[in-house]
Amino acid sequence: MSVIKVQSLSKNFGALKAVDQLSFEVEAGQVYGFLGQNGSGKSTTIRMLLSLIHPSEGQIEIFGQSLTNNRSAILEQVGAVIERPDLYPYLTAQEHLTLFAKLRKQKISASKIEATLSQVGLLARANDKVQTYSLGMKQRLGIGIALLHDPALIILDEPTNGLDPQGIADIRQLIKSLSKDQGKTVLVSSHLLSEIEQIATHILIIHQGKKMAEGPTSSLLDPNKTIVQIKTLDDLDAKQKLMDSVYRSNILERSEGLYLSIPKLEIPALNTFLVASNIALLSLESKNSLEDYFLQLTSTY
Amino acid sequence: MWPIIQIELFKIYKRPRTYIAFGAIAALILVIQMGLKIDGEAYAAFLMKDINDTLTVDGKVLNGYLICYILLQLLLVHVPLLVALIAADMLSGEANLGTLRLLFTTPYSRTQWVLAKFVAASIYTILLLIWLAFLALFVSMWVFGRDDLFLMKSNYVVLIQEQDVFWRYLGAFVFASFSLLTVAALGFLMSSLANNSIGPIVATISAIVFFTILSTLNIPLFNVVKPYLFTTHMNNWKEFFDIQVNESNDAITGSILNVAKIKNSMMVLTVHIGLFVGASVWIMKKKDILS
Repeated sequence: MSVIKVQSLSKNFGALKAVDQLSFEVEAGQVYGFLGQNGSGKSTTIRMLLSLIHPSEGQIEIFGQSLTNNRSAILEQVGAVIERPDLYPYLTAQEHLTLFAKLRKQKISASKIEATLSQVGLLARANDKVQTYSLGMKQRLGIGIALLHDPALIILDEPTNGLDPQGIADIRQLIKSLSKDQGKTVLVSSHLLSEIEQIATHILIIHQGKKMAEGPTSSLLDPNKTIVQIKTLDDLDAKQKLMDSVYRSNILERSEGLYLSIPKLEIPALNTFLVASNIALLSLESKNSLEDYFLQLTSTY
Repeated sequence: MWPIIQIELFKIYKRPRTYIAFGAIAALILVIQMGLKIDGEAYAAFLMKDINDTLTVDGKVLNGYLICYILLQLLLVHVPLLVALIAADMLSGEANLGTLRLLFTTPYSRTQWVLAKFVAASIYTILLLIWLAFLALFVSMWVFGRDDLFLMKSNYVVLIQEQDVFWRYLGAFVFASFSLLTVAALGFLMSSLANNSIGPIVATISAIVFFTILSTLNIPLFNVVKPYLFTTHMNNWKEFFDIQVNESNDAITGSILNVAKIKNSMMVLTVHIGLFVGASVWIMKKKDILS
């Protein structure tokens, strides 16, 4: 069953097409990674899913209902953190959760509020004003507000922003647990590609408002292909020699560094070519993460 | 909608800025009352100097009712500025903080949120007015005592008997609540147009100053629009203190000289409140929340 179904969604800001004919579906129980560079249209799409931005074109269905016609019923079952954890600096974490508990049809008990504070690691600071919190603590409180009413769909836009490594690991674990142990559907966006790679069961890559790729994480990572980063004493000379060789079509245009996209089995041959061409090689590194795939898709060749 | 009104009231209650207006009003009133208590007789003598030769007034001219009238004349011009501090920040302040996103992703509609915020701002405004009334009327009555109210108008004097004054103040405060709610609604409209706190506050105060000048200037061109400007009507609480007289030129107890003017002003102010709040709802419904 599709929890989210987006069809031909577009958003124009004047002449700028922030989102361009985007279509995708998120199934129940998936952790759906929404991946894109800054300004790629991720946040605009998420805001349209939450009815913060009015689409210029297209349809959004959540839980099988049109968002336009059933906004209130749909949002009753959705929890969200949108980019920065913006909260009221003069209220405490306890007060935040108590206030947001009032906004739900179901009664949320004091013990549930306490459990949520504990879940996001803020129980000890529950009565301190948010203005005394670090960015990471605010982010965790934002997630606490999103989870408070036990929503079926959780939308997290850049949830690891501002978190320290331990905080990032905790959020990663939380997202995995929400999906695996509680059967929640999670849509998570990030520019930290390694994060998405580690938590998402499915991935959508968006670039300049358009869908570049979509599918299960495992199938998007082609084990037969890789991106090779070459470091030399003279990159310009090395690049020229590669341009004059059979590797011309394998060179990836980057603002910095020298990258080639080649089958893994051709790495030894490339190494032989570089040595034979008298290129002063410092290192040759194979990159095989989703990040490489993402870079490959969103590059201008 | 009651839960979100409660939430908005709680946020107002917890904000330090809320208490600036209450503190400012208390400070102003208490300073003026202290000044009049110490040197009030000289002030009263100054007021009466032009009529002392033709009129003898028995009793205590400088009583609590007159002090309240003086305070209202001074303060009801400035209280709108204090109301703007809160009302003009209700939407734009949340946009600036980024918390509007939190609110607008709850099951409540934008219309409900905007209306709840206006109701909360209105309750704050009325509480501010009650505070003003308590200090200006009740504290003055307690400190200066009660007597007939003697008012010097531009070309006539009004003498209202002691037992005929109190209800006029109640009427004046009810009228003033309409004036201040109009300011709150204007601040709200400005707030819906911006994503920062300062702009709408300054814009609201500027609009009040601008329209007050238009309402005050006696230029034929402006006279056409004057009846429709809210600033023309905001100070008509004073109409409660103009009294009808009989053929012998005796004051008719319980009368108001121009009830129609008060009704018309309240209607104009109500229409303005409706228009400003309606426009705010419309703008917020159309708005993309980008901040």
